[in-house]
Amino acid sequence: MNPERSPNLIMRLLDSDAGYKFRSSPVTVVAGLVFVLMIGAALLAPVIAPFDPFDKGSIDLMNSLLPPAWNSGGDPAFLLGTDNQGRDLFSTILYGTRTSVFVGAVSVSLAVVAGLFLGLLAGYFGGLVDAIIMRIVDIQMTFPAIMVALLIDGVTRSFLSRDQHDELAVFVIILAMALSIWPQVARTVRASAMVEKSREYVMAAQVIGRGPWLIMARHILPNVMGPVLVIATINLGVAILGEATLSFLGLGIPAGEPSLGTLIRIGNDFIFSGERWMLIYPGLTLALLVLSVNLLGDWLRDVLDPKSR
Amino acid sequence: MIRFLIERLFQAAVVLIVVALLAFVMFRFAGDPVAQMVSLDTTAEDRAALREAMGLNNSLPVQFGQFVLRAVQGDFGLSYQMGQPVATLLAERLPASIELSLVAFGIALIVGIPMGVYSGLYPESWLSRAFLILSLAGISLPTFFIGIMLILIFGVELNLFPTFGRGETVDLGWWTTGLLTGSGWHSIILPACTLGLFQMTFIMRLVRAEILDVMRTDYIKFARARGIAKGRINYGHALKNTLVPVLTIAGLQLGSIIAFGIVTESVFQWPGIGLLFIQAISTVDIPVMSTYLLLVALIFVSINLIVDLLYLLVDPRLRVRSR
Repeated sequence: MNPERSPNLIMRLLDSDAGYKFRSSPVTVVAGLVFVLMIGAALLAPVIAPFDPFDKGSIDLMNSLLPPAWNSGGDPAFLLGTDNQGRDLFSTILYGTRTSVFVGAVSVSLAVVAGLFLGLLAGYFGGLVDAIIMRIVDIQMTFPAIMVALLIDGVTRSFLSRDQHDELAVFVIILAMALSIWPQVARTVRASAMVEKSREYVMAAQVIGRGPWLIMARHILPNVMGPVLVIATINLGVAILGEATLSFLGLGIPAGEPSLGTLIRIGNDFIFSGERWMLIYPGLTLALLVLSVNLLGDWLRDVLDPKSR
Repeated sequence: MIRFLIERLFQAAVVLIVVALLAFVMFRFAGDPVAQMVSLDTTAEDRAALREAMGLNNSLPVQFGQFVLRAVQGDFGLSYQMGQPVATLLAERLPASIELSLVAFGIALIVGIPMGVYSGLYPESWLSRAFLILSLAGISLPTFFIGIMLILIFGVELNLFPTFGRGETVDLGWWTTGLLTGSGWHSIILPACTLGLFQMTFIMRLVRAEILDVMRTDYIKFARARGIAKGRINYGHALKNTLVPVLTIAGLQLGSIIAFGIVTESVFQWPGIGLLFIQAISTVDIPVMSTYLLLVALIFVSINLIVDLLYLLVDPRLRVRSR
């Protein structure tokens, strides 16, 4: 007997276990909405933003340091006020969020691909391959992610000239964050792959003569994706925070390009002179973004990773 | 057990050698060490002589050996920026960082454990929920932003605490401490709270989870059935058994205190080794960078070794298995 099927995909999703957990937790729903809204706004930044912070023609120094529109002296054209260069803060935050989300998403994707590949190798083949990969993972995991990222930034800086480094800054950060995250993915994938390896369906595949690569890709991979998704979500928050921290320290994205970290860095220079909006709104954006990612990560863990419940 | 120990020591040695190799490669190949030490009017012969004297003409493995030998003796070369021996610079600044880390860790333990115990014992109370929300904020808010907000609220608006520096320090000869003066304590509060907040939320969540687990075990049920007073069950039996994993994991977290110490020191202009490192990165002061790299690797490896040994002492199952 077929269970009753809801008419369309969205209804089916809402009806599932994950959908039920999502619906029944108002905090998760709000976090999901905030996340979708912020990602959407960030992706559509060139369309939504009233000004283009990269367009030098639209920037007027006369407009610098205007307070938010609802304060006295504010200009309705600049909703959240302007920064010291006369850039519209709302627009720079939109573009900044875009940079931050881009860096976070790309570095986590790279880390997941690398972690999946090496983790599957280690878990499936075991022996020497496993020993070598896991020793590297162990060694790297003794250092916190942000430390690894700082060190990689420092090393690349000592080999590149300043201009070269500024040009490549985004890639250096992505590389640094990806390198600091992959060991976690690899460790989890290896653990699940070792369990799956001894299951009947894998043995059946081996018996009918499928090669190890096909087995890993077609049979084991789909079964280890759950925990990987959870780790990826949580580390998206870590990567976004990492980029912001590096940029805040003046070691990440160069100051001319908006990212949430560089915006907060600029705002921090005005902390004693009263132009608080330049600090508070980028900071709140960052906090809200990471908080919603973390809450969604908690929900995913609940749904996909029954062990840690 | 011996095998476990040797394995760990071997792993620690490998980490240190890899990091030393990285530091050496940076030191040797990023920029010319001779060009950094001489002035413009040094003759080519003098340069060549210096090159020979520094051993830069030897084969690379020999040079690496000499680098390690010098490092073991505490000779890390001169800072490009400040012209002083790197070892002196680090020794001057190390006390500031250690004091900040310890005070932050102390705050995290003193505040985090009671919060965790309370919210573990009474998970349904509104105060526990408030603690949980607070801890989520502590995890989601970046360290540097927390620091800036504390500066803004307590330093600028309320004008209660200094916003940068260490205050007055007392020189004990081999150690300069800010913990003997009023202004030193006054200055350490904000940075220590900033640095301690993440640890505090971490410890709180950990203690809470452990207590929730322990309260479900049979021996607690049995203690209840015997009619032992609630206070003794909670603190004598439950808390005592949660503290072992909490302390070891918290010890491991000392590493992240060092990492986030860099950020905190930078926000509060705290004159520790983290600030020195940040300045070294932005001015590409390679000897300082490579030395810091070595120092941090040494600290991390030691912490991990100690924690592994603690596990051995604490968990008898490990001793049996590895025999």
